[in-house]
Amino acid sequence: LVGSDEGLQQKLAEAILREKKNFKISIHLATSLPLPSERDHLRPRIDLIAFMIDIKSKYSLKNVEASLAHVDASFFLGKVCFLVTGVGRVNYCSVEMNAIWKLGEVYCSPVLFCELELEGIRVATAQRLLRMLQICAGHVPGVSALSFGSLMRNSADD
Amino acid sequence: MDETVAEYIRRTVLKIPRDEIKTMLQKWGFLSETQLQTINFHQIKENISQDVVQLCEENSADIKQAAVLDIIYNHIYPNKRVWSVYQMNKAGEETEFFDLTDFKKTFKRRLRSALKNVTINFREYEDNAIWIRIAWGTPYTKPNQYKTSYVVYHSQTPYVFVSASVLKSNLPLLCQALVVASNYHDIREMELRSHSLNSLKDIVFKRYSQNFQTYYPRPLQERNVAPESADLRIIQENKNEKERIERVNREVFGDGPQPKLEFAQYKLETMFKSDPEMDVLDKREPFRCLVKFSSPHLLEALKSLAPAGMADAPLSPLLTCIPQKARNYFKIREKKGFFPGSFVSP
Repeated sequence: LVGSDEGLQQKLAEAILREKKNFKISIHLATSLPLPSERDHLRPRIDLIAFMIDIKSKYSLKNVEASLAHVDASFFLGKVCFLVTGVGRVNYCSVEMNAIWKLGEVYCSPVLFCELELEGIRVATAQRLLRMLQICAGHVPGVSALSFGSLMRNSADD
Repeated sequence: MDETVAEYIRRTVLKIPRDEIKTMLQKWGFLSETQLQTINFHQIKENISQDVVQLCEENSADIKQAAVLDIIYNHIYPNKRVWSVYQMNKAGEETEFFDLTDFKKTFKRRLRSALKNVTINFREYEDNAIWIRIAWGTPYTKPNQYKTSYVVYHSQTPYVFVSASVLKSNLPLLCQALVVASNYHDIREMELRSHSLNSLKDIVFKRYSQNFQTYYPRPLQERNVAPESADLRIIQENKNEKERIERVNREVFGDGPQPKLEFAQYKLETMFKSDPEMDVLDKREPFRCLVKFSSPHLLEALKSLAPAGMADAPLSPLLTCIPQKARNYFKIREKKGFFPGSFVSP
């Protein structure tokens, strides 16, 4: 999970861990990429990168854009997604919707809008992420990260 | 007792929160303890104030006593007013012994010679603070007790805290009287304003925690503020960065609570820097704009920006210099070597 709001990251991570699953998962929280190289040898393979953008903070968008430059191209075949929070507070939006859509298009990755401050949505998002993670890690036979990613993108365009 | 005085006392009592009325009246000392016993402080404020006025009738209160009650109220609740800070200057280094009676006499005389219709009251507090309450009239009308200015002067310092009323035109007169009475040469207004009088004092008297190196480095356990996540499956990748931000923040803001300011205002008179191709603003004129930061507690909010992931640390010195420079109103001009017009952009 990459994003500048650590509190929200932590809550989402805990929600993900609370979900029932039959595989081992480890969640890395970062404020930006690249990850510190000192821990490279301790890190397992990364299956999914979720970038968190707060629509109320231009800073969080800039942060994510700078981090995206450090992501290896292979991740963009379905292993990246954007989580956008804060859409409920229309008066405080400082990031344009167009910028968000463009981000999703340019990086060929799905954009999920979720008000992570609300527990119900947090749980739902956690479940979605887990499902995506399963696919990205190759645990679901017959569905690859790429096919799922394009499925999600096409349904969003409709 | 004058009807206006009665009404004034009644309204002043109504301002006080019900639980505090008794204590404040005791501080006032105008009504005896036996008289206070006769008031039921559990009834509604309307009735309490009526009772108080009744007793004041019996004691024949005049405007002077009523003014003292007002001073006491404002001393306990100074944050209801906006305070500005003034600094006085002496030409030489002569430290004259401060004589309170002289000061009061000269101040009154000076003010009254220019404007006969003023009510002036003094009250001294510990820490050498002299509170002055002035109710302004005009050459033709009696002083309006609801249009008051307050002055807090710490006699051992060149600083004066003023809460002017709507009548800004009386400010020069007030300043002059202060300067003459306190044996200074001139007075200037600092660009520092806030509701919190104590915070203003903290800033000018340098009583807030400044960013000097603490003598004893904090023990490691204390520094780790974030609780270790119980779950080992959640890994914080940027612990070092977090610690750096905490450290920088502490260096800039110090450890203690910040003085309470409500806003910082920056008046920009800088040139608009645009893409040369965009061709906006052909004329090379300064682009005037006003940037205002407001918050219930501005400095604490700024302090928490970087840890909350909303801004880079360190913050722009334009924001962090506020307590050191003792100002929250700035004018930024296009001067070489002065503040470059670059902001932190949260």
